[in-house]
Amino acid sequence: MEHQTSFPILTALILLPLIGAFVTIGISNRRPEWVKLSASVFSVATAGMAIWLLSAFKTSDAGFQFVSQHEWISSWGISWHVGIDGISLFLVVLTGILFPLVILGIDPHHDEKKYLGWMLLLEAGVMGSFVSLDLFLFFIFFEIVLVPMYFLIGGWGYDKRVYAATKFFLYTMFGSAFMLVGIIATAVLARRDLGYLTFDLVELAEKSSFAVSTGRWLFLAFAIAFAVKVPLFPLHTWLPDAHTQAPTGGSVILAGVLLKLGTYGFLRFGLYLFPEAVVWFKPVFFTLATIGIIYGAIAATMQTDLKRLVAYSSVAHLGFIVLGTFALTEQSVSGGVLQMVNHGISTGALFLLVGMIYERRHTREIAELRGIQSVAPIFSAVFMIVMLSSIGVPGLNGFVGEFLILIGSFETARWWTVIAATGVILAALYLLWAYQRVFHGEPDEANSTFPELRPKEAALLLVFIAGIIFNGVYPKPMLDRINPSVDKLITHVEERSNFTRPAGVAYQIQEKDHSDDSHSSGDSYDKGKGDEDKGAGDNG
Amino acid sequence: MISVIAQTLVAPSIPWVDLSPLLILLGGASFLLLVGSLVPRWPRGGYVAVTVGTAIAAAVMSMIKWNNLGYDAPESVLSGALNLDRFALFGWITISVAIALVALLTHDYLTREDQDGPEVYALYLTAAIGGFVMAASGDLIVLFLGLETLSLSLYILAASNRRREESQEAGLKYFILGGFSSAFLLYGIALLYGATGTTNLEEIASVLNETVSLQRIDGLLLIGIALLLVGLAFKVAAVPFHVWTPDVYQGSPSPVTAFMASAGKVAAFAALLRILVTALERRVDDWRPAIWALAVLTMVVGSLLAVSQTNVKRMLAYSSISHAGFLLIGVEAAGHIGDTNGLPATMTYLLLYTVMVIGSFAVITVIASADDGGSSLDDFRGVAKNRPALALAFTVFLLAQAGVPLTSGFIAKFGVIQAAVKVDSYAIAIIAMLSAVIGAFVYLRIIVTMWLEDTDKAPAPRVPFASGLVITATVIFTLFVGVFPGWLLDAADLVSAVYGG
Repeated sequence: MEHQTSFPILTALILLPLIGAFVTIGISNRRPEWVKLSASVFSVATAGMAIWLLSAFKTSDAGFQFVSQHEWISSWGISWHVGIDGISLFLVVLTGILFPLVILGIDPHHDEKKYLGWMLLLEAGVMGSFVSLDLFLFFIFFEIVLVPMYFLIGGWGYDKRVYAATKFFLYTMFGSAFMLVGIIATAVLARRDLGYLTFDLVELAEKSSFAVSTGRWLFLAFAIAFAVKVPLFPLHTWLPDAHTQAPTGGSVILAGVLLKLGTYGFLRFGLYLFPEAVVWFKPVFFTLATIGIIYGAIAATMQTDLKRLVAYSSVAHLGFIVLGTFALTEQSVSGGVLQMVNHGISTGALFLLVGMIYERRHTREIAELRGIQSVAPIFSAVFMIVMLSSIGVPGLNGFVGEFLILIGSFETARWWTVIAATGVILAALYLLWAYQRVFHGEPDEANSTFPELRPKEAALLLVFIAGIIFNGVYPKPMLDRINPSVDKLITHVEERSNFTRPAGVAYQIQEKDHSDDSHSSGDSYDKGKGDEDKGAGDNG
Repeated sequence: MISVIAQTLVAPSIPWVDLSPLLILLGGASFLLLVGSLVPRWPRGGYVAVTVGTAIAAAVMSMIKWNNLGYDAPESVLSGALNLDRFALFGWITISVAIALVALLTHDYLTREDQDGPEVYALYLTAAIGGFVMAASGDLIVLFLGLETLSLSLYILAASNRRREESQEAGLKYFILGGFSSAFLLYGIALLYGATGTTNLEEIASVLNETVSLQRIDGLLLIGIALLLVGLAFKVAAVPFHVWTPDVYQGSPSPVTAFMASAGKVAAFAALLRILVTALERRVDDWRPAIWALAVLTMVVGSLLAVSQTNVKRMLAYSSISHAGFLLIGVEAAGHIGDTNGLPATMTYLLLYTVMVIGSFAVITVIASADDGGSSLDDFRGVAKNRPALALAFTVFLLAQAGVPLTSGFIAKFGVIQAAVKVDSYAIAIIAMLSAVIGAFVYLRIIVTMWLEDTDKAPAPRVPFASGLVITATVIFTLFVGVFPGWLLDAADLVSAVYGG
């Protein structure tokens, strides 16, 4: 089901920001006004191409699209192989849109040229990670994003930035260490089946099969790298530091797209390459994800620093995604993919708002903020919307993903889901409590001059809010594109393991209201299949 | 008996053309010394031009020979004393590259120190002759001769800055410990001769092949192998035979340190591989566990000790120890039956490491102030502000040494890890990658110091032309190979013909 397109648009998505980085860095110091212009042009052009992908994407096609493949290091069986399916499509689009927003909307305060150069390099790396269909290529992008992120945190962050940046770099590299050995071992062991050495993801996943115990070890090697990146409890300790110390733009990108490399990795590489191992390890990941959800929420409640609070809330939210991914039902996995995008929007916006608070007050301590609502009502309203979306209030984007995850996971991971669902309540607790402390009450002297939202900031936030509301009210366009690929992936897992998905889980989002009926009435699996085909046909 | 001796005394024919890289080096060294002492004052840059020219000529002749191999040229020459195979030629080309780059650095260093003269250049060339002989040796005695030629030159080079006490101290330390290790090596050779009755590598291999019961010679053989390993482990600076490295690397003039870390390592590893893979192929099960232990110790201890250093040269000394550990992974892989990747991976690693370590020391040479004492971490504060290009270049080298993708260091690391995984040595592969994480901390510390810390010191001196040339060339190579490694990997694959020799 691979489609070869004439124009290598995905390659262009990687190269354009890369070229942009060099052009921006190369601008003479006497022309500082060109720096931002150049970075904006390149990132907006990238966003344009990413959005064009949306329209050109064949909705009902579950396979990889926009594929281009070129020989690269032939003696090692490595090729430049890129392509996207419904799972990666929206992550690519999110990356494409988030970067220009950050570049246009957030002022780095000093060394703008270098900052923007690193930003564009980061964008190229993240894009590359999401479109790679070759293990070697993926590893290169996965690892190379560390460098610009390291410099962004270390160069433009807050007081303990060097510590946080180094911790971030070393933690991720620790995970990658296992993954690199895993990648090589996967290719080398598959050679005994295939007869030739290749790092191509599709070939390895479709053609090779590993002995049961081998597959489990290999999966574990990959899983450590992704678990650090997600981050999954107990490998999460780098995240609060990195998030808190990173500059606002860095935090937005980190929460928005970088964390998704982990959850995306589980889907693209874990499930696809080692279905049997995923099924076998399921309980471990359910447990870790659930611990992460509860622990993240409790830790967030305890924080006195607003940014740290948001950081810990990410641990909880990402736990939901991992739970959904390993629950292996169409709803839970689709919900996970959806939640990756939605978390990127909501938490990105939250970091943006916290950054704006810091700009105004030079503190993020909750105790020092009070009564902002009465001096800056619009700012507070925006914060409220974003916060509610993060809590998962129906009608906003956070609800859709988390709800699908919980419904889907209930089928295959019942008790873990029951515990995880309390995380939703805890999220309401810590966010509303924080909101109450920061925005309600009478402003004291320091807070009484809190400036209202400026037009430029408002324009920036409007994009996020549009996404929050649109995805909350009408997620169907996204699900229509995500579902076929997810279904294909789960079928792939079923074919290669003893796992069968529970029968009759409703699949279309518009049916979510009846989903309780549908699984209690026990619709057969075939029926579910039929629905999908119909749905796919409608969209085609 | 007499007739047998008479027969063996027939002088072997000498393939002058094939040996030309070696002879070119000899010619260059003699020319520098003779004409250098006869003509008192050479024009500026004269010595370095001759040295670089000699190195390039040697490299070109080696490449020509590389291309002709397999058509007409013999692989084994001078009655089996030297092997002119692709393995040797790969080492020769690497060493030639090292001479050319290091000579350019030395020019700037000596000009700054006002000590320009032909001796140092001539010593590089004689050291390289030793290295060439080691890489090509087909006989233990020849190997020992090469090793001594290399080592004696390096002892003098380490002490070559007459005005600095540290340099003298480094030379003396290296000399005493080096002499000690040579004794081990020689004793090992003697025992091996006692066990097998020959010093020729191929003949040792065939003796070990043909002798069914090895009971009688086992003790001698095993002790011999152990002593050989001790001697060579000292030369490659493997833990626990590494203690000389930090002191010598720190005390020696920076260009000399670069030469030791590059050409010195190439020669020692080539010799190690020759002995182990050619002569002792039958006894892989005896030496492989020892190499395994050495590799793990070297990687872990090297990267751990690097963390606590405050001097950049010392940091890089420990990092070079840890790189030796990575190289030993390739050697370990070559100790498995049916392996075809260990040798090419090790040789590729050596070439790539040569280039990046010389680049690193080139930056250090420039940044270190005139008395060469300024290589403490503090001296690197705020380099990015004053000399952004220099800081960027150093960052590339450090990231390459950390094994970050899109640099040659990643390709090197990937190669040896792949070789290890292919022979199911998973444990060593994981240990290697984890020690690389520890190593990365060290490199990040230097990067942080350069980019993120301010300084009130005067800006680093201007980058002299020759050093600038070296830095530019090595950066380009490091990045280019990181993106397009195919051609190099294909070439390196050809060296595995030495297997089962």
